[in-house]
This record gives sequence, structure tokens and C-alpha cells, in this order.
Amino acid sequence: MMLPIIHIGPLAIQLPGLLLLAGVWLGTAATDSQAGRLRLSRATLQNLILFGLVSGVLGARLGYAARFLNVYAENPLGLFSLQPATLSPGAGLIAGLLACWVYGQRKRLPFWATADALAPGLAVFSLSTGMAHLASGDAFGAPARVPWAVELWGDMRHPSQIYEILFAGLALMVILEMGRRQTFPGCVSLVWVALASASRLFLEAFRGDSVLLIGGIRSAQILALMTLLAALALMRSLATASSRAASPARGARISDGIECL
Amino acid sequence: MLSWFQATHRWRMLMAATLLFGSGWIAVSREPVSSTTAGRIPSPREGFSAPGFTLERLDGKVVTLADMQGQVVVINLWASWCPPCREEMPTLERVYRELKGEGVELLAVNTSYQDSLAEATAFVKRYGLTFPILVDARGEVARRYQLRALPSTFFVNADGVIRKVIIGGPMSEATIRTSIEELLAERR
Repeated sequence: MMLPIIHIGPLAIQLPGLLLLAGVWLGTAATDSQAGRLRLSRATLQNLILFGLVSGVLGARLGYAARFLNVYAENPLGLFSLQPATLSPGAGLIAGLLACWVYGQRKRLPFWATADALAPGLAVFSLSTGMAHLASGDAFGAPARVPWAVELWGDMRHPSQIYEILFAGLALMVILEMGRRQTFPGCVSLVWVALASASRLFLEAFRGDSVLLIGGIRSAQILALMTLLAALALMRSLATASSRAASPARGARISDGIECL
Repeated sequence: MLSWFQATHRWRMLMAATLLFGSGWIAVSREPVSSTTAGRIPSPREGFSAPGFTLERLDGKVVTLADMQGQVVVINLWASWCPPCREEMPTLERVYRELKGEGVELLAVNTSYQDSLAEATAFVKRYGLTFPILVDARGEVARRYQLRALPSTFFVNADGVIRKVIIGGPMSEATIRTSIEELLAERR
């Protein structure tokens, strides 16, 4: 499960990191390809992604430093050492989302159309996350006796990263296909959120590294179920709103033409 | 699907079914306590117990990792010909001198199977390094820790579980300090 580090001169590039970078790149390209269909500016979308990524890294760095203020006050230069181990992912996510939100507001980007454009990008990125997990051996499986189990740390285990890749690939195909059809704004992104959280809810059961709550309940599953329900509820309210927006006289015919799946 | 969603009773059914099957699956897949790794398997990665080893120091004394339980242990794999390893050594020494009294041990494992002991010794003298330098003459620790790049540093908590792995260097002083302080705080 552990793949080697690629050495290019003095640079030791770790394959998982490389896969994630490729995911960002291909994901941006996937979002790009949706821009025309959704009548969004390609450049604005790219800026949005870049802005979100940069703010995310900065937020992750500062979030980590904030926990150890005394140390960084003594060694302020340490702030510039970009060591993945000294990033705080939660703070990075919040900072990245906040930056995207602010940028989107300033550029007056339509929220749901933008989300629909970003969805295939996120789907590609989650596919590359699965591959990075496979390369690093993270997100590994629980001990299992299925015929396709793989040996890891002296136990036969579920190849959980392979499951992850398959489900992420499936979700990507579904939303790419949906993007080709007439849907209401927000449909594609919400379907992706629903699929991603449903597969997490299902697949978390086969992992050997889950964070557990009282009684052995896996916390990721609780979060995934809540996200799934929220996505379904939002889908319902957007669907009713978009059919109401169509004039009542022609409403029936128009809503028949708009299909989500 | 739009019209599908508009039928309130269908939508309610879908929500109810999701909630029911979702919670059911969560309950079915509750983890039996025994199947978590919980740091019991030795492997050179975060969340696993640090693979054990016994090595001789440069001065001939024998060091066993298992004897360090209760202390925060930093395991640094290095070679005297590796520039980033050399660069981070004075920083490691500074942090070590300061935090040693708080129950921190630093084991600098020289990858001697691919290094010259004479040069390593000269390097240690020149920089006045006071932490134990271990001699990995046959590459046993390098193999157990799946060494892929130099330097590699493993931060091990008081229970012997690896909590952070940093591959490559030089590490900044802040990185070293925060990684150790995190583990000291956890022990208190």
C-alpha cells in the first residue's frame, strides 16, 4: 500500500501529495468545462478556486500557529515553514469557504449556478483523495475475511481506499451526466453532496481508523447522515421554488421539461 | 425528478427511509471495541505504536525504545552527508537542552549503514550535540521505520504511540517545538 517517494534532484515529492495536486488541477479543469453551460465567467471561477485554496492554506497555517502563540511569538519566521504536519485542516476549510463566499458576493456570482460548476471539480478532487489514500495507506480498512481483502499490518483488511475510489468515480459520472440535462439551479451540486455523503455513510463501516463516539458509533457516519438529509431537504425546497418561479399558467408544461435526474 | 420531489408524500417517504436506513446502518456498523488499531500495531505512521528497537549509542551504551515509556520521544533519522539533516541538528540541540528536563528524549538515529561513522562522530563533536546518537549499523531501524527520505522525524507520545511524522527537512524550530509541546500537554 505504501508507494515510494519520487526523487527529482533535491526534491523528494511524495506521491500522495502529487496525486492531490493533480486532483486540484484536473478538478479546476472539470469546473472550467461547466462554465459555458452555466453562463459563468471562466476566469472568475478560476480566481474563486485560487482565492479559496490560498486562503485555505493561510487559514490552516494561522489556525495551527494560534494554538501555539508563545512558540510562534518567539520564532515568527517559523510561520513561513510550510510543513503539512503544522497545518490545522479545520481552520483551513473554514477560511477557504469564507474566502469563496466573500469573493462570490463581491463578484455577484449566482450561488447555486456557481455551486453546480464547482461540483464536478470537487468530485474529481475527492477521486484523487481516494487515490492519495491508496498511495499513503491512510483511511485503511477494518479487518475482514472477504475474498478480496488485502494484507496490511498483519491482518487481512477491507481495501477501503479502492471502495472509496469506485464510489467517488461513480458519483463523478452521475453528476457529469446530469450536467448535460436540463435541471434546476443547485440540482447538480446537491446531488453530488447527497451521493458523497451517502457513500461516506456506507463506506465508513469498512474502515479501521474511524473516530468513535460512545458505544462504538462512528462519528463520520452521523455527520454524513445529517449532511445527506440536509441535501435532500434543500433539493426539495429548490425544486418547489423553481417550479413556482415559472409562471403558473405554463407551470405544468415547463416543470415537465425540467428534469433533475 | 423535479416533479417527483414536488409530491409531498413521496418526499416525506424518502426522508423517512433515508433516516431509517441511515440510522440502521450506523447501528449495524458500530465498531466492536476489538477491531480498532488504537495504536496497538507497530507501524511507522501516525496513530500506531512506534516500532521497537535496541541500538548502541556512539559512546557504546545500549538504548532500548521500550524503556522510554512515560517520556515524549523524538526519533530523528539522519546521515552526516545529508545537508538538511545537518542543518536542523543545531535547532534540535537547542530545543533538546531546553525541554529535556520536562521528560523529553531525543534519539538521533544515524543511518550508519550508509554513512561514515568517523564523519558522523566529527559532526557530533563540532556541533557539541548532547542528545544520544544511535548507530544503525545494519539499517534495521531504517527498515522498520520504512525510511524513504532523510531526515525523517517521528514524534512519539508518552504511551509509545507515534503522533506526528515529518518526512524531509530542515524542520523549523517552531515546528519542532509545537510538535513536542502538543505531546507534553497531552501527557499532563
